Amino acid sequence: MKIVIVGCGRVGAGAAEIWDAAGHEVIVLDVETRAFERLPSSFGGTAIRGDGTDEDVLRRAGAEGADVLLALTEGDNRNIMSAQLAVEALAIGKVVAKINDPLRAAAYAELGIGTLCRTGLMLDALSAHLELPGSELAGMLAPTGHHHVGDARAHGRAAASDIEAAAGAAVEA
Amino acid sequence: MFVLVVGGGKVGYYLAKGLIDSGHEVALMEKDPTRARQIADEIGSIVIAHDGCEGTYLGQAGCNRADVVAAVTGDDEDNLVICQMAKHHFDVPRTIARVNNPKNEVLFRHLGVDELVSPTRMILGSIEQDIPVHELLHLAALGEGDLEIIEAHLQPGSPAIGRAPRDLDLPEGCSLFAVIRDGVATPLRPDSVMREGDKIIAIGKQECESMLHRQLIGDPEAAGAG
Repeated sequence: MKIVIVGCGRVGAGAAEIWDAAGHEVIVLDVETRAFERLPSSFGGTAIRGDGTDEDVLRRAGAEGADVLLALTEGDNRNIMSAQLAVEALAIGKVVAKINDPLRAAAYAELGIGTLCRTGLMLDALSAHLELPGSELAGMLAPTGHHHVGDARAHGRAAASDIEAAAGAAVEA
Repeated sequence: MFVLVVGGGKVGYYLAKGLIDSGHEVALMEKDPTRARQIADEIGSIVIAHDGCEGTYLGQAGCNRADVVAAVTGDDEDNLVICQMAKHHFDVPRTIARVNNPKNEVLFRHLGVDELVSPTRMILGSIEQDIPVHELLHLAALGEGDLEIIEAHLQPGSPAIGRAPRDLDLPEGCSLFAVIRDGVATPLRPDSVMREGDKIIAIGKQECESMLHRQLIGDPEAAGAG
């Protein structure tokens, strides 16, 4: 599988290391070169310094048509935007964004991206470990809805065809 | 109208002020408490010192009854999320986002943001109006007879695209003699079809220039307007 990871923090670097070792094609992006120090010297994938919310950067990194994109930076909104770019413009099949705000995590799962909420995950783990009542919050949510907000307006439709054309060109290339 | 402005930078501040002056009801969200206090001191208690990206606070700010939400922070990703939450969660009829990276415009529109304002694109537009970007490049002057070697880069919209030199109405004493395509220079024959992106090398008298410009670059008036 071709896996793109945006954000080379502990989780991002860890995922990159494991899946690279398992033989997958891993591309990891971070805005800080220092972040790549978390990768082991054995890492055989690609590490690219760049902003994962910038479509051009993602394309240059070879993200289009990847099987998976994980948006794991420290910013909820950066992750949301990166994930939506992946779905809308880069034709990436499976997309997960880390969104620590539970409300936003739920909202964006409804809008069509997989979400990972640290708040929910930790509360679940803690309550299970302590055998105390668990939370209502879900740690990991699969996309349930369609990824479009509201209705497709006339100009929205034109833009959609632009994106589809771009995605089509990317697939051909 | 009730307008919810998110982002208390210069844009948000003057926007809120302007809206109040024209008699609208305004709430301004600014997550930095110091900045929020400063604005409140100047324009009154319409400021909510919370992050407009958080659904809870958007709700508290009265997002569900807003006629317009304007997301004008300096970060595109924040503006996108604010507008999406406003639309999806609070059914706001009209959302406006400031977009810094012009490339994001297509995505934002596609994701349902109603209106986009891109300062970058506006400034780019003004600059390009003033400075003709579609110009002939003078490569060299040849001593005798005022001859010049000129390069023309065929941009989209050039009337020469898809045509060959023999189809063009070239002035006398002027010839197109080479084309540079993908970094390779080849002689340009009367029947070679020119393509977008080609660099055409021409030789001719100085007074041929305006004619060459029209044939290879396009009408100067039209190019300026575009």
